[in-house]
Amino acid sequence: MNPSEIVIWFIGAGLGTLLLGLLLKWVDRKVTARVQWRVGPPWYQPMVDIIKLMGKETLMPVTARGTGFLLAPVIALATMAVAATILWRSLWDPSSPFLGDLIVVIYLLAIPALMTMLGASASGSPHASVGASREMKLLLSYELPMFLAILVAVARSGWTFQLGGLVTAQAQTGPVVFSISGALAMLIAIICMQAKLGLVPFDVAEAECEIMSGVYVEYSGPALANWLMTRAMMLAVMPLLLVEVFWGGLYRQAWWGFLSFLGRYVLLVVLVVLIRNTNPRLRIDQTMKVFWFGLTPVAIVALVLALIGQAEGIAWL
Amino acid sequence: MALTTWALRKSLWVYHVNAGACNNCDIEVLALLTPRFDIERFGMILVGSPRHADVLAVTGVCTRQIMPRLQEVYMQMPKPCVVLAIGACANAQGIFTEAYHMGAAVDETIKAVDPSAIIIYVPGCPPKPEAMIAAAVKGMEFLKTL
Ligand code: SF4
Repeated sequence: MNPSEIVIWFIGAGLGTLLLGLLLKWVDRKVTARVQWRVGPPWYQPMVDIIKLMGKETLMPVTARGTGFLLAPVIALATMAVAATILWRSLWDPSSPFLGDLIVVIYLLAIPALMTMLGASASGSPHASVGASREMKLLLSYELPMFLAILVAVARSGWTFQLGGLVTAQAQTGPVVFSISGALAMLIAIICMQAKLGLVPFDVAEAECEIMSGVYVEYSGPALANWLMTRAMMLAVMPLLLVEVFWGGLYRQAWWGFLSFLGRYVLLVVLVVLIRNTNPRLRIDQTMKVFWFGLTPVAIVALVLALIGQAEGIAWL
Repeated sequence: MALTTWALRKSLWVYHVNAGACNNCDIEVLALLTPRFDIERFGMILVGSPRHADVLAVTGVCTRQIMPRLQEVYMQMPKPCVVLAIGACANAQGIFTEAYHMGAAVDETIKAVDPSAIIIYVPGCPPKPEAMIAAAVKGMEFLKTL
C-alpha cells in the first residue's frame, strides 16, 4: 500500500466506524427501550448527542491536571480509529496489513481502557478514582481469558498471528466456532467483549447510580463527546474482531457473503444488548472471580482441546 | 439557530437534585422514565453527573443546608443549561415559606450565582408528569431563541 492509500483507508474506516458505532448505540438504546416496553429514541439520537456536546463548554475541575485530563480522550479515540482501520482492511483484503497485526490490534484495544484510567485519575475526583481502580481490576480480569480465547483460534489456524491469515485458514477448514474448543473460546470471547465494552453486568467502572458515571464523572462538553465516540467505535469494532477471529470473516466472491457477514455481525451486537438488558451488575470482586476462577480455566481447557485436536488431526475438537 | 442549539433541543440530559422535597415530586420525576411517559422519545435521559447535564431538575423547598450545595451543582453544569423548578415547593417554597429552616427560593438561589439563568417553573403539588413534559417543551422553545 502506498501512503495516500493508507490515509484514505484511515479516514474512511475511522469515520465509517464512528457512524456505524453511533448507529449501533441507537440499536442498543432502542432494543433496551423495547425490552422495557418503551418507545425509545429516534435513530439519529446518538449523533445528536455528540453534536450537542460539541457545542457545550468544557469545564475543568480545580483539582484536575489539565494535560492528562484532556489528552486522554483524544488518544483513546485515535487508537480506536487505528484499530478499526487495521480490522476493516484485513477483512477486505486478507493478504494485507502486516505480520502480527492481531497482536497490535489486541494492544490497541487495551489503550482506551488505559486512557480511561489516566483521564479519571487526572480529574482528581474521588468518584472517578474509585472508577479508575475498578477499571484497572476489570482490565486485569478480562485480558487473560480474552487472549487465551484468541489463542485457541490462532492454534487452530496453524499459528498465524495475522488477521488475514486467520480468515484464509478458516476459509479452508471452516470457521473456528464450529468445533468444541472454538465454541468454548467464542463464548468466553463474547463475555470478555461485554466487559471490554463496559456494559452490564460488567459496568462497575462507571456504575451510574452508584458512583455517578465513575470514570467519566468530571468530563463535560467536547471531551465527553470524545469518550462517547470512543465507546461507540468500540461497540462497532469488538464484534468485528470476533467475526474475523472465530467466525470466518467476509466471503467476498458472492453477494450472500456480504449478507451472511452482516447477519453474524448484527447477531453479535444484539447478543451484547440482550446480555446487558437481562443481567444485574456484578460487584468488582464477583467480576474478578468470574473471570479468574470461572473463565480462565475454561479457556485453558479450550486451548488444550484445540492443541490435541491439531496434533491428532481431529477437526471437530 | 446554530446546529448545536438544534441538537441541544433534541437531546436534553437531566440531572435531578432533591433540595428538601417530600419525595412526592421525585416519584413523579421518576414516572417520566416509565413506559407510560418515556421521555427518551425526545432524547431526554437522566444522567448521573451534573457535568453531563443540560437540565437541572430541582424539587423541594431549598433549605438553608442545601442552598450553597445547589449553587455549587449549578456552577458545575456546562452552559448553556436550563433549570427546571418542579413543584410548589421549588417555585415559591409552598407551605413552608417563612419556616425557620428555609434558605431562599430555588430561583433566587440560582439567580444569586448566575443572574441570566434560564428558569422554568412547573406548578403543582406534585405536578403531573404531563406538566413536566410541557415544561420541557417550553424550555426547548425558549432555547430556539438563544
Ligand atoms: S411540591 Fe408538594 S409534592 Fe412536591 S415536594 Fe413540595 S410538598 Fe412535596
